[in-house]
Order: sequence, then structure tokens, then C-alpha cells
Amino acid sequence: MNYLLIGIVVIIYLIITAFLGYLGYIRTKNTSDYLLAGRKAHPVIMALSYGATFISTSAIVGFGAAASIYGFGILWLTFMNIFVGIFIAFAFFGIRTRKMGHNLDAHTFPEFLGLRFQSKFLQLASGLLIFIAMPLYAASVIIGGTQFLSQSLRISYEAALIFFVAIVSIYVIMGGLKGVMYTDAFQGTIMFIGMLLLVIFTYAKLGGVVNAHKALTALAPEAIKIWGNLGHQGWTALPKFNSIFWWQLFSTIVMGVGIGVLAQPQLVVRFMTVKSGHEINRANLIGGLFILMMTGGAFVVGNLTNVYFYNTLGKISFLAVEKKTDNIIPLFISSAMPQWFTAIFMVTLLAAAMSTLSSQFHTMGSAFGRDFLEKGLNIKTKNTLLVIKLAMGFTILLSTFLAYYLPHFFEQGSAIIAIGTSLFFGLCASTFLPMYVGAIYTKRITKAGALACFWSGLTSSLLWMMFVHIKESKPLGICKLLFGADSLAKSPVLQNVDPIIVALPISIIFTVVVSLFTKPPSEKFLNKVFKGIK
Amino acid sequence: MWLGLQSFGAFLAYVSCFLATLLCVIYGIINWNKPKEDEAFEIQEEIEWEKHDPELSNGGGK
Repeated sequence: MNYLLIGIVVIIYLIITAFLGYLGYIRTKNTSDYLLAGRKAHPVIMALSYGATFISTSAIVGFGAAASIYGFGILWLTFMNIFVGIFIAFAFFGIRTRKMGHNLDAHTFPEFLGLRFQSKFLQLASGLLIFIAMPLYAASVIIGGTQFLSQSLRISYEAALIFFVAIVSIYVIMGGLKGVMYTDAFQGTIMFIGMLLLVIFTYAKLGGVVNAHKALTALAPEAIKIWGNLGHQGWTALPKFNSIFWWQLFSTIVMGVGIGVLAQPQLVVRFMTVKSGHEINRANLIGGLFILMMTGGAFVVGNLTNVYFYNTLGKISFLAVEKKTDNIIPLFISSAMPQWFTAIFMVTLLAAAMSTLSSQFHTMGSAFGRDFLEKGLNIKTKNTLLVIKLAMGFTILLSTFLAYYLPHFFEQGSAIIAIGTSLFFGLCASTFLPMYVGAIYTKRITKAGALACFWSGLTSSLLWMMFVHIKESKPLGICKLLFGADSLAKSPVLQNVDPIIVALPISIIFTVVVSLFTKPPSEKFLNKVFKGIK
Repeated sequence: MWLGLQSFGAFLAYVSCFLATLLCVIYGIINWNKPKEDEAFEIQEEIEWEKHDPELSNGGGK
């Protein structure tokens, strides 16, 4: 590997990132600028920022590796990411959220919910939930980025950790959401180009689209040999219905991540940053193309690594990396791609980690500073921005602390990355989604209904994660401590049913039933909230 | 064989990704200027927002 070339490319990339962060800093004059990028973001910047925040390094490296195991069925997640995460989110949620956010004068997602349902407690509790759960998600992104940096630049984990966190923190704290979105747009562009080249090179190397697919189809017996008893039928076929692989693929990967994206606070807030509704429709176009390239590209390449490694090493990807799946994509890049591309792709991955992390820092800081301390606990201050910046600094330290210590407790960092991400996505979907949909679409959901949604979604998700879903319950260890088993579920199929499948319907039922039996807010208030929304 | 893929389910996943993207692109083009918002109303709304944003503290570089 040419370290000089990588070093030069990384330095150029960092200089441009620093300049964009500085641009955000000098253009930030008030709280609206800091929290909502002045509400005048360009649709292309908004779409790229949304997409780049959505896609982290683990979406490329971790999910690309998952694709090399699960096969082409994982492309249903790409479909969900585009159809639900972009099309539905922008066309059906975005415009209404923007308009209602303006009517309510909301600056953050918890503030939006709190004002919509006239509950300070809801703002406080949502802010607190984000503050507690998000550092783990952020830590998992930090671990991914740091591991990658330390391996590629051959520096220690600790040095890479400080270097990585320090750069992102500076431009987030100084530049606010403007700094975040400008750098996101730049990072998103790099990610798009990097992935486009990777897909073209991969298909070209394996003889074109159909030939590459045919070669993978021919390898089916290799997959069945290892995972046949779990339901695998080959990479270019779906797993057997109701098998363990089928549940893992469709409940955790496709549904868990595919639906969970709708209620992500760091993404919802993007809708409130644009000047008018049609900017969101324009962003739909860019967002769709971006996500197709990023997740679709990573999944197709992940699948096809099997053909490449089988042709060159006589082994499928999973065996070529001795079961350390996180190494599949990096090994493929370094062995199959030209050397100059390795440098480009390193920066692509660095950009993916930084763009997700910057928004996480921003969301955690605003949730803790604005929603919990200032609005929730009513701590009066003359300078909101200073409180948010201090809160941001505190949450960054907390996430960094977790990113430093967590890998010491778990054998593989990747286990944490997967848990941190799915935990946060699952919690957000079950605690926020039903009330969020209700907030923008109906006048009938009440404050009590929203609170019932929050509590039922939170408790059912946590209980399922702690005692049933083995992916979380086993490493968490609480079930083992109390009941002497990794999961209370005896059936391996049930152990692999994702929390979202259980918790989301529960919180939907609670939201609807409690709302039906309680009084809706006054007509006057609802007219103000729904002003300009058809 | 569907584009070299073994099952129709996998083929459908592959094609659906492109169709969903096409949907985003067409929707974006058709609604390029929609919803058509009243510009005067937008300006008024912006003035109101600025008025009600009490935290005009000096947060940035200027």
C-alpha cells in the first residue's frame, strides 16, 4: 500500500473539510443558523447531507460484509432505503414536517414533538433518550472510523481516536448545522464518486453484470455447505422462508434498518432546514440516486467479492478473511483495485464516518443542551448557543470515552457497531414513529396518546432487546445474570425476531387506543399547528 | 436465470432498487416547483420567525 499517496489524499481532504467547517462558522449568527442552518439550505446540500448522514462507514464496510453472506436478498434493504428512507420520508413526511416545524417554531426533533403535543415532559424525555442512547450509536461510528484510520495509517487506536474525534468536534462545535451540512455535502460527493468507481471496476473485473451474477450463482453449493442448515440457498436466491437466515435478513436488516430511518432525529431535522416545500421535492431526486449508489453499490460489491476471492484464493469471502467479516471490503479493495483507487476509497470511508458522526454530535448536543437542560429543566440562560456548545462538548467526551473503553470489553469491535446501530434505530422507530406520523397527519392523536407511544415503545423495545433478541441479549448479559440463559425464547427463530417487529405494533396500538379515550387539543391550537398543511 | 440471478425474488430486489430510484427522480422532476407557495406569505413567515427567535446571540464569527 502506498502510504505517501494515501497521506497526501487524506491531507487534501482534511484541508477542504476544515475550510467548509470554517465557512459554516462565519455564516452562523444565531440559534436558527446553529440548529437549522438558517432554514435556507440548498436542496442539493440538504439531500447530500441527509444521505451522507444516513450512510456511515459501517453501512459500507459492515453491511457490505453482511451482503457477502446474505446474498442479493439484502438488496431489499436498498429498496427500503430508497422507497421508505427517501421517497416516503421526503414526499410524505418532509414537507409536512417543515411546515409544521415552522408553525411551531421548533428547532429540534424533541422540540417539535414537545410543542406539537404541548408536553414539556415529552421534549425533556425525548431529549434525554437521545442523549442516553445516541452516544452508544455515535461510539460505534467512532469505533468504525478509528479502527479504519489506525489500520490504514498504521497508527495506534488511541492516536487515531483523538485525531478523528478532534477534527469532527471542531467543525461541529464551531460551525453548527451549517458546518455539518457543508462538510456533509462535500463528503457525500466523495462517497458517491468513490462508490460509483468501485461498482464499475468490480463489474468490469468480473466480466460484466450478467457474467458476474452468473459466476456468483454457480458458487451456490459453497454457501449451502456452510449456511444451508440456517436457510441459505445461494447468494443469488433468497433464504428459505421462516428459516433463521430469513428472519435475520428480513426482520433485522430489511425492516429494522429500513423502517427505523423514518424517525431518526438527526435526519428529521434536515426537513426543517430548507427554505420551502418544493426544495424537499427537488432533494428527493438527488437523495434517491445517492442512496441507490451507496447502499446498492456496497451490497452488490459485497456479494461479488465472493466471486473474486473464489477465483483468486479458491475461497469465498467469509473464509478468505478467516471469518473476520469486517475485513472483507478492505481486503477486496486492497487486493482487487488499482493502488490509486485504494487512496480514494480510504477517503470515501473516512468521509462516510465523519459525515454521520458530525450529525450525531450535533443532535446529541442540541438534545441535551436545548431540549433537556434549557427547555425541559427550564434552566434559564442568556446564551443558548453557549449551553448547546457546552452540552455538545460533554456528549462528545462521553461518546469518545465509550469508544475508548467498549472495545476492551468486547472481543470484536464490530459486535458493538452492529448493536449500537440497531439499538438506536430500533428505539427511535418504536418510541417516536407512531406519534410522529400522528403528529403530522392527524389532529386526533392526543398528548396522552403521544406519551403512551413513548413509554410503550421504549419499554417493549428494551425488554425484547434485554431478554429475547439474542443479538443484543447475549452481549448485554442481563438475561444470563437473571435467568441463566442468553435468551428467554427457546425457539432459535424467535430469538432472531427484531425488536421493531414486536415493539412498533405495540406502540402503534397504545398511541391509537389512548388517544381514542382522551381529549384532543383545542381547535384553535390545532388550526395554528396545521396552518398551510392540507 | 434473471440477469444471471438464480431466483425471481433476488431479481425483483435488484430491479426494485432501480424502479424506486426512478420514482424519486420522476417525482422530483414533476414536483420541481411544487408545492407552489405564496412568496409574500413565505416572506411574512420568515419575518415572523426572525422576530420570534429571541436568541440572536453572537454564536459565530461575525
